[in-house]
Amino acid sequence: MQRVRFWGTRGSLPIALTVAGVRQKLVAALRDASGRAFESDQNIEQFVDDLPFEIGGTFGGHTSCVELVTGGADYVACDLGSGLRPFGQAAIARHGPASPQTYHLFVSHLHWDHIMGLPFFGPAYIPGNRVVFYGGHEALEDALRRQMEPPSFPVGFSAFNASIEFVHLDPDTPHDVAGMRVTLKRQHHTGDSYGYRFEMNDRVVVYSTDSEHKLTEPGERLAFAEFFRDANVVIFDAMYSLADSISVKADWGHSSNIVGVELCQLARAKELCLFHHEPALDDAALVKMLAETRRFEEITRGNTPLRVSAAYDGLDLVL
Amino acid sequence: MPSQSRHFGNIAVAIPAGRLDHSSAADFEQGLLPLVEDPQVAGLIVDLANVEYISSMGLRVLMLAAKGMRGRKARIAAVALQPIVAEIFAISRFDSVFEMFPSVREAMAAMSAQALAAYDVALASNT
Repeated sequence: MQRVRFWGTRGSLPIALTVAGVRQKLVAALRDASGRAFESDQNIEQFVDDLPFEIGGTFGGHTSCVELVTGGADYVACDLGSGLRPFGQAAIARHGPASPQTYHLFVSHLHWDHIMGLPFFGPAYIPGNRVVFYGGHEALEDALRRQMEPPSFPVGFSAFNASIEFVHLDPDTPHDVAGMRVTLKRQHHTGDSYGYRFEMNDRVVVYSTDSEHKLTEPGERLAFAEFFRDANVVIFDAMYSLADSISVKADWGHSSNIVGVELCQLARAKELCLFHHEPALDDAALVKMLAETRRFEEITRGNTPLRVSAAYDGLDLVL
Repeated sequence: MPSQSRHFGNIAVAIPAGRLDHSSAADFEQGLLPLVEDPQVAGLIVDLANVEYISSMGLRVLMLAAKGMRGRKARIAAVALQPIVAEIFAISRFDSVFEMFPSVREAMAAMSAQALAAYDVALASNT
């Protein structure tokens, strides 16, 4: 396993940067540029690259889709959120439509934001491609077909010209897929969700989204620490503050940055990647949350530091 | 470790100490919740002056206490937070859940004049 590419990182529903948001960034950037002279395009680009992320960047708005670049010939991704569309378009652009590819797509659960990208997944319409869906839910195939039935969508599942397969994976048992060892863990979420632990060539990636951690169950804490054990990166549902996740948003099925740090420290994971961002949080709020999470890690650090990052659409994490 | 507690009029002051984490949260809960459930207690002040660290498990106990007190329209406050604990309150957004005061006396003054008088008497008798 070589890299993790984030195509969709937002929780619950896609978010678009608005005119007001763009204007705010431009005003802030020009304020920073005030009094400077730029002698070349290179100087301008360097200035833009050096801007704080909340001014020069954006976390983006697609819902969950995370690609694992394994180094093998096949494509691997987690979840079919709206980020699945640019993921598919990039693959077609890379190979051209006439070059058959295999896509292994692991589904955490069947809620809308995690499957909404499938009708727009170009490779599924191309003959010769092979698309394999994996998941722990018995209703996986039914849920994917149903969202493409009238009156929800004008193009039916039968329009997919690729070879389509569904593979049910039992939790807690390792499975061999695309050269990886894949283990699922059932998570607290309405209708259940499944976390995935991917192991390959001494690299471990854990994808654990839409997972509420009940602080009342000590055994669960240890079980998740084991699931995260020694991971190079844990992609973690940090949608809410701890206060919200155990009060007004208890039983909404999501977790917090605080619990993410605690579990990753217990698991001796190397990196925590905050994921499934709350739609109500703008770029500045998410940058602030990242800084606070890094500070919390610093306060609670043992012998080994835990890197903390925040996923954004377009982030490429090298393992 | 179990919280010590003191009563001043109808206000109770819980005084936990040390690290409030997964290993001590159950004892903390056991010490705190009887105060929450006591109908004679109209206000609860959690004096965190001697708490050096609080984890999600400790914060969960405080949230249970806050829910319990508000459920019966009683007040709860966190006071005298050490700098690290204050940071954790801010990062976890517990600072928006709790009324916070620099000291027990200031919390007492905000909650009950009668309890404040009893507290001042107790302080004077200790000096």
